[in-house]
Amino acid sequence: MDFLAAIGRAFLIFLESTGRIVLFALRALSHCARPPLYLRLIGRQMIDIGYYSLPVVGLTALFTGMVLALQSYTGFARFQAEGAVATVVVLAITRELGPVLAGLMVAGRIGAAMAAEIGTMRVTEQIDALSTLATNPLKYLVVPRLIAGLTMLPLLVLVADIVGVFGGFLVSVYQLNFNPAVYLSKTWEFLKVVDVVSGLVKASVFGFFVALMGCYHGYHSRGGAEGVGTATTNAVVSASILILLSNYLITGLFFSK
Amino acid sequence: MTDPSPPPGTPAKIVLSGVRKQFGAKVVLEGLDLEVGRSESLVVIGGSGTGKSVMLKCILGLLRPESGSIRVDGEETIHYSRGDRERLLRKFGMLFQGSALFDSLRVWENVAFGLIQGRAMPRRQARELAFAKLAAVGLGADVGELAPSELSGGMQKRVALARAIATEPEIIFFDEPTTGLDPIMADVINELIVKCVKELGVTALSITHDMASARKIADRIAMIYQGRIIWHGSRDDMEHSGNPFVDQFINGRAEGPIRMQVRAL
Repeated sequence: MDFLAAIGRAFLIFLESTGRIVLFALRALSHCARPPLYLRLIGRQMIDIGYYSLPVVGLTALFTGMVLALQSYTGFARFQAEGAVATVVVLAITRELGPVLAGLMVAGRIGAAMAAEIGTMRVTEQIDALSTLATNPLKYLVVPRLIAGLTMLPLLVLVADIVGVFGGFLVSVYQLNFNPAVYLSKTWEFLKVVDVVSGLVKASVFGFFVALMGCYHGYHSRGGAEGVGTATTNAVVSASILILLSNYLITGLFFSK
Repeated sequence: MTDPSPPPGTPAKIVLSGVRKQFGAKVVLEGLDLEVGRSESLVVIGGSGTGKSVMLKCILGLLRPESGSIRVDGEETIHYSRGDRERLLRKFGMLFQGSALFDSLRVWENVAFGLIQGRAMPRRQARELAFAKLAAVGLGADVGELAPSELSGGMQKRVALARAIATEPEIIFFDEPTTGLDPIMADVINELIVKCVKELGVTALSITHDMASARKIADRIAMIYQGRIIWHGSRDDMEHSGNPFVDQFINGRAEGPIRMQVRAL
C-alpha cells in the first residue's frame, strides 16, 4: 500500500503546484492590464529575448533545415519522390520544428537566466526590498518578462522559418543538385497561410510558458545558492515539458480533422 | 513580565497585539505584543530563530500572520488590500540585513529607486537627491556611478541606509544593521543610524543580537524569546533588569535559562 500512497502523494503535489502556477499566472496577467507598465524594462527584456537569442535560434534553424533536406531526400529517393523535398522542408519547419526548437533553445537560454536572476533576488531579499520601496515585484519583475516572451518568440520563429527554409535550399541546390527556381516554386506551391500562422501562435504560447516558468520558479526559490540551482533546473525542465505538451494540443486545434 | 507599552505621553506609532505566525507545525510568533512610540528608537534583541525577522516581515505585510492585530498610526493593517498595502508601505523604509541592493542598477539608481518608481519623481531630480543622500551617509559622488557589486560590505550598508532614508519615511526598520561588519565599520553604521533617526525624527524599529549596536542606537529595548516579548525597558534599565533571560543574553553567557537549539526540530 505504501506504493499506492507514494503515487497519490506525488499526484497531490502535482495538482498543488499546478494550482499555484495558474494562480501566479493569473495574478501576473492581471497586472499586465493595470498601469503603470515599466516600458523601459519591457524594452530591455525584449532585446534580451529577441535580439540576443537570434544567433542561437538562427544556427539551430539553419542546421535543422539542412539536415531535413538531406534526410528527406535520401528517404524519398527510395520511392522516387525526391520532388517532395522542398514541400516537406517548408512544412516541417514552419509548422513544427521552427517553433519547437526555437522554444526549447530559448527555454535553455532565457528561462534559466530568468530563474537564476529572480531566484537570486529572492534569496538576497531584493524582492522584499522592492515591496518596501512601494514597488510591486510582480509588476516590476514578472510582467515585463511575460510580455517580452509573448511578443518576441513569434518574431524569432519567423526568422527561424526563413533561415531554416534557406538551409534546406542550400543543401538541395548545392549538394543534391536541385534546380533553384524549381525548388523555390515547390516551396511556395503547397504552403498555406495557416502553416506559418499556427507556428507563430505556438511560438507565442511557448514564449509565455518559458517566461512564466522562469519567473515562477525563480520567484519561489528557497534556501540560498542550492535553491537557485534547483529553481533554474525546474524552470528549464518544466518549460520544455509544457512546450512539448502544448505543441501537441495546439497542433490538434489547428489541424485536426 | 512588564507591560509592553512605551513611555507615557508618547502616542504609539506601531502596535502589535497577539500576533501569531506559524510555518507548518512550527510556531514562530506566539501571541507577540509590542508597541513602538512615535519618534522613538526601539531595539528588539533576541537570539537567532526567535522570530525577530518574521515580526518585521509581518508588520510590512510580506508575511501574513494567522491571528492578532497590527496597527500603524491607529489603523488596523492585517486585512489590507494590495492597494492599501502599497499606500502603507510608503511610510516605511527598511535596511536589510544583506543590504539587498539591486545589482542590476547603479548605486545612485538604487538610492533613487523609491523616488522614481514609488513616487514617480523625474529621474534628473531623483538623481540629485540620491547624490545628496549618498553624501549624507559619507559617500562621494564617484561611488554613485558604480555597481553595488564593486563596493565593500560596509559601503553597501551605507548605500542601503541612503536608500532607506531617501524617500524620507516616517518609520525605518533596521534588520541586523551591523551583522557582517568589522567593529569600527559597525560603529560607523550605528552612528549614521543615530544621526539619521535624530535628524529625520523617524520612528525606528531595529532587530539585532549585537549588544554594542543595541546600546548605541536604542531609546528603549525589548527582548524577544520563543515568539514573545519577555522583557522591555529603557536602555539603562537593561543592565540591571533582574530578568535572568535578559542577563544571560546581554552578557553572552552559555549558561542560563535560555537553551540554544543545537539540533534541528
